[in-house]
Amino acid sequence: MNHAVTLDKEKCKGCTTCIKHCPMGAIRVRNGLAHILDERCIDCGVCIKVCPHKAKKAVCDSLERLSEFEYNIALPAPSLYGQFHNLEDINVVLQGLLDIGFDWLYEVSKGAEIISSVTRQYIVSEKDTPRPLISSACPTVVRLISMRFPKLLPNIITLIAPFEVAAMNARREAALRTGLSADKIGVFFITPCPAKVTAGRYPLLMEKPVVDGVISMAEVYKKILLAMKKIKNPPQLSQSGAMGIGWAHSGGESSALPQKQSISVDGVDNVINILEDLENGVLLQVDFLELNACNQGCVGGCLTVENPYIAQSNIKHLMESLPASSPKMEMGKELLLELRGEKPLQYSPTLKLDDDRAVAMKKFVRIEALTQKLAGLDCGSCGAPSCRALAEDIVLGHASEDDCIFRLREKMQKLTGSSEANEYLPPPFRKREENEEN
Amino acid sequence: MDVMHCTYDIDGDDFTSAGEASGKMKRVLRKIGVDFEIIRRCAICMYEGEINMVIHANGGTADVYVDVDSVKIELKDNGPGIPNLDLAMQEGYSTASEEVRNLGFGAGMGLPNMKRYSDEITIATRLGEGTTVTMMVNFNEKVRRGSFESCGNS
Repeated sequence: MNHAVTLDKEKCKGCTTCIKHCPMGAIRVRNGLAHILDERCIDCGVCIKVCPHKAKKAVCDSLERLSEFEYNIALPAPSLYGQFHNLEDINVVLQGLLDIGFDWLYEVSKGAEIISSVTRQYIVSEKDTPRPLISSACPTVVRLISMRFPKLLPNIITLIAPFEVAAMNARREAALRTGLSADKIGVFFITPCPAKVTAGRYPLLMEKPVVDGVISMAEVYKKILLAMKKIKNPPQLSQSGAMGIGWAHSGGESSALPQKQSISVDGVDNVINILEDLENGVLLQVDFLELNACNQGCVGGCLTVENPYIAQSNIKHLMESLPASSPKMEMGKELLLELRGEKPLQYSPTLKLDDDRAVAMKKFVRIEALTQKLAGLDCGSCGAPSCRALAEDIVLGHASEDDCIFRLREKMQKLTGSSEANEYLPPPFRKREENEEN
Repeated sequence: MDVMHCTYDIDGDDFTSAGEASGKMKRVLRKIGVDFEIIRRCAICMYEGEINMVIHANGGTADVYVDVDSVKIELKDNGPGIPNLDLAMQEGYSTASEEVRNLGFGAGMGLPNMKRYSDEITIATRLGEGTTVTMMVNFNEKVRRGSFESCGNS
């Protein structure tokens, strides 16, 4: 599995900021560099957001790749519209995309409207699927569930993503219109986050990728902003309504459904909490659960440029002047079949200590004992996010007890037989005074 | 191989922390590769027990013993005891206060769920002294015994 999130080795200072924030405990600092453990990464992008040195980045496709194709189509995610101040007309942004080199575009918000209407059918027809149904729109959430909450896999709505619907429709329509063969047409998704870069390359529910590349919103933003200044009266290019554009922020996907009974949760820690609750058997009296790993939803993606709260307000402003949704499309039963995922979601256990349960238990007992022995400061100096994580790394053979500076210090003290080394202790370890308050 | 033993304190004053111990137990079971359906059953048993201890008994302790093929959950409290165990085992029967019900708990499914999701449950309760609920969940056995006994109900 390749991830879109990678490390710029030149910029990484080997500090421990990212290991502390990673919700999956998937980063270790080794030899001055913060390495991502691929099998644990869910592409949430938190490390990209928190890195003070901008050393974590998403590997996206560049606009230069447009030269590989005869005809290029842009698939802008709706969150793109939230990036511009005082934007009154979406067509300005869309014309901007054409001006920077695309030949045509197909809005992902239109794909989202198709998915919304199919989801309405899905909720009615899939009576036997456990409730609440969980949206599959956020790839980070789907990966998180498949790693940590396998019990909830059957709750996931197995419809493909809005950008995939958009890509298939765009390529089909463009082939008809231009007479070009499908492989001469380049279809590029403009993404707010690295999770969708990975999902574009390694689809969650489809056998093969349907986009030719995924381009970062931040890269497109810079180019488009210049182009937009020259646009006065853009033609009508937008084909989606408020419903599709609302998918850009948390709550938008739910409000496109007639079911009043839905909950929208955003932010990866909040998402983990609600999944824990669900797994514990807490009954949520709802049909639909919209989960977004980023704060405020897709407008909070780490490849966007605007503050997510401002972007959300921009999106809401745009929605006010738009019709509820694009002109009604034919929504037959066939479409529901076509938009269903081709492959099942699979449990990928990453937490298991050993395939043999007895061995795993022995390892667990050792990890527990070792955790007790460690300083408990969770200082990160060993390169692991916590003392417990270090203990686990040691037992699994990926680290040594000497990696802990406090253990090493004790060892040296014993070797030298001197107590002098113990005279200076860092503040967290100095003995509490008898009358100390607090 | 020794049995793995973890003890968790259940804070009786804190509704918001109920479920923490069950969450911790879940992580243990996941780490050793127990089937996720079994983990879910264990988690429900423990979670319901925790909530019960918070609602009725001002907290207590949870001891979890993990063996290679089973888990034993022992929930001990020094609460008021259960006056009528037969009634308490009935679905929907609840003595929880209005306040607790307003918080979304106290639907009378605690003990019935613990019975349903465990393979064996033993409840020892003494009025004014406290209650100990012991539950077993087997990892491998396909057919569940579903035995249920109570003892020491005064």
